[in-house]
Amino acid sequence: MIEIKTLKLKNKLGMHARAAAAFVKIAHQFKADVFIERNGQTVNGKSILGILTLACPHGGMLILKTEGEDALAAMEQLEELIENKFGED
Amino acid sequence: MSPEHGKKTLVIKGIGVSPGVVIGKVYRFDPLDVQLSFYKLEDLTLIPQEIARFKKAIKDSELELLKIQENLKKTKITEPLYIIDVHILILQDKKFISRTIKYIRRLGVNAEWAVRMTLDHYKQIFEGVQDVYISSRISDVQYVSQRILRNLSGEKKEIVWAVGDGVIVVAHDLSAADTAQMKMDKVGGFATDSGGRTSHTAIVARSVELPAVVGLDNITRVARTGDDIIVDGTSGLVVVNPYPDMLKRYEEKRLLYSASKEEYLKYAKLPAVTKDDYKVQIGGNIEFVEEMPSAITHGVEYIGLYRTEFIYINREELPTEDDHFNNYSQIVTTKDLLWSTIRTFDLGGDKFPSSQKQPKELNPQLGLRAIRFCLKEAELFKTQLRAIWRVGALGKVKILFPMISGVEEIREAKKLLEEAKNELLAQGVKIASEMEIGAMIEVPTAAIIADKLAREVDFFSIGTNDLIQYSLAIDRANERLTYLYEPLHPAVLRLIKKVVDVAHDAKIRVAMCGEMAGDPLCSLVLLGMELDELSMNHLAIPRIKKIIRESTLQESKLLLKKAMSFNTAAEVRACVHEYMLERFPGEFQKEED
Repeated sequence: MIEIKTLKLKNKLGMHARAAAAFVKIAHQFKADVFIERNGQTVNGKSILGILTLACPHGGMLILKTEGEDALAAMEQLEELIENKFGED
Repeated sequence: MSPEHGKKTLVIKGIGVSPGVVIGKVYRFDPLDVQLSFYKLEDLTLIPQEIARFKKAIKDSELELLKIQENLKKTKITEPLYIIDVHILILQDKKFISRTIKYIRRLGVNAEWAVRMTLDHYKQIFEGVQDVYISSRISDVQYVSQRILRNLSGEKKEIVWAVGDGVIVVAHDLSAADTAQMKMDKVGGFATDSGGRTSHTAIVARSVELPAVVGLDNITRVARTGDDIIVDGTSGLVVVNPYPDMLKRYEEKRLLYSASKEEYLKYAKLPAVTKDDYKVQIGGNIEFVEEMPSAITHGVEYIGLYRTEFIYINREELPTEDDHFNNYSQIVTTKDLLWSTIRTFDLGGDKFPSSQKQPKELNPQLGLRAIRFCLKEAELFKTQLRAIWRVGALGKVKILFPMISGVEEIREAKKLLEEAKNELLAQGVKIASEMEIGAMIEVPTAAIIADKLAREVDFFSIGTNDLIQYSLAIDRANERLTYLYEPLHPAVLRLIKKVVDVAHDAKIRVAMCGEMAGDPLCSLVLLGMELDELSMNHLAIPRIKKIIRESTLQESKLLLKKAMSFNTAAEVRACVHEYMLERFPGEFQKEED
C-alpha cells in the first residue's frame, strides 16, 4: 500500500529540530517506510538528519509518501502532526 | 622564575561571565584531542569487532543521554529537554549508523576514524544548507559524535574528580547535559573556548557563583589536565601555568576579592540612607532567574531592570504567553522584593528564533530594535504584554519600555498595553489591578524632551550605557573608541541632571539602571542629582550601600556642582576621583597611569 500526499508546513519555524524530532518519533511507530520529498530531493522520514537537511521552511510544500502495510495509518498520523503545526503556536 | 617551573605561562583573554578569582588545577572536560587514535585496521578480519565496538558506543551514548534526560527532568534546569531528544534520535539515525559502518567495512579504518568521517560528511551537507538555523544544527551532530568518540575511548568520566577538589573545568563548550554530570561542589571555576554571556556555562557559573571566563578560543589546546590555572572572571582573564610571582599576586588578589566581598556583605541588607537622611532605593539588574538567590543575598530591594531577551534567544521557537508568564513569575514571586520592573524586549528582530526573514542590519544599535521592533510586530509584543499583566496579579510589577525616542512611541506602547489588558479582562483572566508605566531614557531626544515624556509615564529609568553611546555617537563595540566612552562627560552629566530635575518637577520618580549606577566612583555624583533609585549588577550593591551610608546628600550636591563646572570629561573625572579618594581612602586606588 502506498499513500502520497502534498502538504504545507504551517508552523512558524518550518521543519526545525523539535518538529523533526516529533516527526521521526511518530514515523518510527510504523512499519511502513516514510519518505519526504522536497524540491526533487527525497529523504527517509525516519532519519532526523535527513529531514533536517531538507531545510523545509514555514510555508514550504513537501510530498509525504508512506509505503507498507500500515501506510494509511502512518499517513494519517503524520499528516495530523503537520496540520496541527507540530503542536506549536 | 623557579628552575622547576618548566611550563610556559600563558595569559588568554576571554569574556568574564561570572566574577571572582580562582586558582586551581585544570580538568579538561572533553579530552578528545589527547585520547583519540585514528588508525587503519591491521587485518580485515578485525572489521566485525570494530563494528561491534562502534555499535556498543552508540548504545552506551544513548543510555547516557536517557539517564541525563531523566536527571534533568528532576532538576529545575530550564534548558529545553527536547534537544536531548534530538541527540538521541541522531544516535538512532539509520543513515548515520550505516554510513559509519560502511566506512569501517570499505576503508578498513577504526571506529573513531569512521565516526569522524561521518561527521565530516554531515558537516559538508549542513554547510550547503541555505537556512542558517538548520546549518547551525551541525553542532548537534558534532555533540553526538563527540559523545560516541568519548565512549569509544572507554574513558570513565569519574577519573576527573580524582584531580582533587576545586578543579577548573576547561572545555570547548558546556551543555546542560555536561554540567548535569558534574559534582558542582568539586568545581572551582570554568574556562571555555566558545560561548558568551548567555551561554549555558555562563548561566551555571553565575547561579553557583563560581568564576568563569568563556570565549577563550583555544584554551582547550593549551591547557592540559593537571596544569595550574587561574581564572579571573572579574576581568575575563585566564592564566595557564602561571609563574611563581604571578601565582603569588593572584593569590593575594583572590584573598582580597573574597575578603572584601565578605566585608561589604555586612552592608547588603542595610538601607542606602545618607547620614543626613536621604534615602535611595537600591535595585538589581537581572538577566536570568538563576541570578535571584545571589541578588537577594547582595541586598537588592527591588528589581529595577529585568531584561527579558533571554526568553527569546537560546531557543528555537517563539515563547508563548505562558513561557513569559512562567519565567516572570519566578522573579515576581521572590520574597522581600518591593516590586519588579520588567523591561520589554530590547533587541532586534534578528534575535528572534524565526528570524531568517529579518535582513541583516549594518548598524543594529541604531536599527529596528527594542520598542521600534515591538510596535511593528504588535501581536508578538502583546504576547509579552499580556504575560506582564498576568504576572502583575502575583506581585507588584512595573513595566518599562526601552529605547523610547519620542512621545508617539510611548503613546503607541501604552495603547497596546491597554489593548492587552482589555483582551485579558474580556477573557476573565486575573491580572494586575494597576501597573506603573516607565520609559527608559536612553535616546538623547528622550532626555531632551523628558518634560513632555514625564506627562505620559509614571517613572523614568535612565539607561546610561545607551545614553552615553548615543550621545557621544560611539559604537561601544569599537575598541578604538573606548577612550571616548565617559559617563562623567559634562554633556552626559547635564543630560542626566536635566532628566532628574524635569521628572521631579512633574512629580514622578526617576531611576538609573545603567552601569554607571553601580560604579562606586560615580555614587556621590549621582546622589547629588537626587536620583530616587539606583539599579545595578547585584554584586556591586553592598559596596555602593556602604559608600552612600557614609556620605551626605549635602556634600554630594557640592561635589556635583563642582564636577559640573568643568569643561572636559578628564577634568571632571580627576575632580571626582580626587574627592572620592580622599573621602573614602580604603575604597579607591590611585590612578595607575
